[in-house]
Amino acid sequence: MAERDTRIDRLFLRQEIADFFYREAELLDHHRYREWLDLLAEDIRYWMPMRRNVKFGEAEREFTRAGSDINWFDEGKETLARRVKQIETGIHWAEEPRSRLSHLVTNVQLQGVEPCFADPQEVSATCRFLIYRNRVETETDILVGRREDVLRRGSGEAGDGWLVARRKIILDQNVLLSKNLTFFI
Amino acid sequence: MTMNRPRGWRRGLVDLDVGEVSREIFVNEEIYAEEQERIFARAWLHVGHESQIAKPGDYFVSCMGEESVILCRDRANKVHVFLNSCRHRGMKVCRYDEGSTTVFTCPYHGWSYGTDGRLVGVPYFREAYHSRLDKEKLGLVEVAQLANYKGSIWATWDPAAPPFTEYLGGFTRYLDLQLDGWDGREGQAEVLGGVQKWLVPCNWKFPAENFSGDTYHNISHRSVDLAGIGPSGAGRRDMGERDVSRKLHVCVPDRGHQTILYVLPADKLPPPAYMNAPIVAEYFRHCEEERRRNRGEEARLVGAPGEIFPNTALLSRQPRTMAGWQPRGPHQTECWRWFFVDRDAPSEVKNFLRDYYIRYSGPAGMTEQDDMENWNYAHAASRGTIARRYPYNYEQGHGTAVTDYAYQGLRVPGEVIDLTEVQSSEQPMRNFYRRWAEFMEADDWSQLATWRTVRKAAE
Repeated sequence: MAERDTRIDRLFLRQEIADFFYREAELLDHHRYREWLDLLAEDIRYWMPMRRNVKFGEAEREFTRAGSDINWFDEGKETLARRVKQIETGIHWAEEPRSRLSHLVTNVQLQGVEPCFADPQEVSATCRFLIYRNRVETETDILVGRREDVLRRGSGEAGDGWLVARRKIILDQNVLLSKNLTFFI
Repeated sequence: MTMNRPRGWRRGLVDLDVGEVSREIFVNEEIYAEEQERIFARAWLHVGHESQIAKPGDYFVSCMGEESVILCRDRANKVHVFLNSCRHRGMKVCRYDEGSTTVFTCPYHGWSYGTDGRLVGVPYFREAYHSRLDKEKLGLVEVAQLANYKGSIWATWDPAAPPFTEYLGGFTRYLDLQLDGWDGREGQAEVLGGVQKWLVPCNWKFPAENFSGDTYHNISHRSVDLAGIGPSGAGRRDMGERDVSRKLHVCVPDRGHQTILYVLPADKLPPPAYMNAPIVAEYFRHCEEERRRNRGEEARLVGAPGEIFPNTALLSRQPRTMAGWQPRGPHQTECWRWFFVDRDAPSEVKNFLRDYYIRYSGPAGMTEQDDMENWNYAHAASRGTIARRYPYNYEQGHGTAVTDYAYQGLRVPGEVIDLTEVQSSEQPMRNFYRRWAEFMEADDWSQLATWRTVRKAAE
C-alpha cells in the first residue's frame, strides 16, 4: 500500500511542478515580469553557462563555471529585477518594440525531493524548453535546451507556494545565434 | 586644420573633406570581398592572450577575420598561430574551442601536425606517396608575423607589415592601460575563463566605429542608466574619476587607431569608487596609489572605449574587455569578447568585477543589448537602392582637432579634441575611415606605412 501511495504522490507532484512551469511560461510570454519575479526565491541563482566544443572524455570542461568564469547569465534576484526595470522603462530599444515570445516547456521530470513525496519542501526538476522569439518584422530566434531547476516551498501564494531557488539553463548552442538575450528562460 | 583627403577611393565613397561616408562600404558585397584581401590579409589582428594557453600543448581556436586559426604553445614553449585547415584537402584540423594536445589530426584523410605546425603523419606515406612527399613544405600554414605584446597575441598574414609596435604607433600607451595591472605594473592582465561569441546582423564596421569612441549615443543607453547596474548600484558605471577629468578623443592619424581618454588633474587621485563593496574599494584605492608611484604622471590617464584598426576594441577601464568584430559576410558580424582582471587581484575583487561585466557586456549585457539593436537596424535600413544614395554624415567637430594637446603638463600626442565642454565629436570615426580608405587603395605596405615616407621626405 505504502509503495502505491508514493507513486500517486509522485504523480501528483510531477503534475504540480509541470503546472508551475506552465504558469511561469504564461507570465513570461505575457510580459508580466513583476509577477514572474514573485516566483523567484530571494536567494535565487540564475545561471546560463556558455558551452565549449571539447574532446570526448573532457565533458567537465564543456560548461563555463558558475561563480568563477564568464557566463551568459550568472546572477541573483537583484540583477534580474533590474532587467525587468530596464524593460519597463519603455526605452530599452532591444525590447522596444517588445519581443513576441512563446515558451514551450516539456519533458518535465522530477530528479529529487526533500524530505519526501508526501510532504515535498524542495524539488529538483529538469525539463526541456523551446523558446520562439519573433520581433519587429522578420527577426526570429529559436532557442532550445534543458533546464535544471530547484524549487522550494515558500510561503507566498504566487506559484501555489513554489519558488525557483536555482536555475541552470543549458542552451544547445556554442556561438550564440541570437544578437541578444533580452528575455528570461 | 584640414583633413587629408584619401585619393577619393572609388569616386569618393569616403569623403573626409565633406565628412561623408557612403553606405555602400557597409552593404556592398564586392567591397566586402575586397576588404578581406586588402584589410584583413594585411593588417595586424588580435588573436588571444597567452594566459589562455598557459602550458605546452595548450591551444585556443580563434579567428582572424573569416579565417579559423589555432593559437597554440608548442612543446618547446613557443607560441604559434596557424591556419586551421589541412594542407591536403582543407578540413579543419581542430574543431574544439580549446584544450591541450600533442598533435592535430585531420579527421578526413589522417594527416597530422605537431603543435609546432610540422606535418608529422601521412597515412600510406611509403606506399601511396612512395616516400616522396615533401613533408617539410606541407606544415600548417603559419602567420607571417606574430607578436606577443604584454601577453596579448597579435598576428598578420603579411610579411611586409611593419613590426607590431610600429603598427600601433603612439597607441601602445592605450593598449598598455588594457594590459598592465591596475597598480601600474606591466602586463598583469589575465583573461577570465569563457570567451563570449555571438552573431549580430550588421556589417563589422558598425561595432568598430562605435568602439572608436562614439560619445554621442547617450540616448541608446538611457534605459540602463535608469535601471542602474553600475558597480555601486547606480547608473552604468562609477563615474567619479571621469567627473573630475578632462575627456578627450585621441586619434593616431596615420595608423587608424583611436580612443576616448580621460586625463586626471595633476594634483588629484581618482575619487573613491565601489563604495558598496569595502574589499573592492580598498583594492582600487591601493592600486591607484601604487599606480601613481609606478607610473608618475602617466598614471593620470584613464582609459575608455577605443579601437585598434581594423577590428579590435579595447575597454581598459571597467568593464575591462577586449572585443573582436569578425566579419561573416557584409551583413553579419561574429562578436568575440575577452574579459580581463588583474592576475593578482583578490578573488572577491575578481568576482565582483565578473558580476558587473556579465550584466554590462555581451548579448545578455544590459548596456550592449541596445547597441546591437542600433547596429542591426542601421544596417538593415541602409541596404536599399534609394538608401544607398544617401551617405552617412560625419561632420561633428570637423576641423577642431589639435595636435599639441596638453593638460596640466601632461602631453597627449596625436589628433585630439577636448570633449569636456563640446561633449562629442566624430574625429575618431573620420580617423577610422581615413585609414580604411588608405588600406583599400594601397597596393602594398610600402604605401601603407605613410609615416616612413613622411620621415624620409623630411630628411
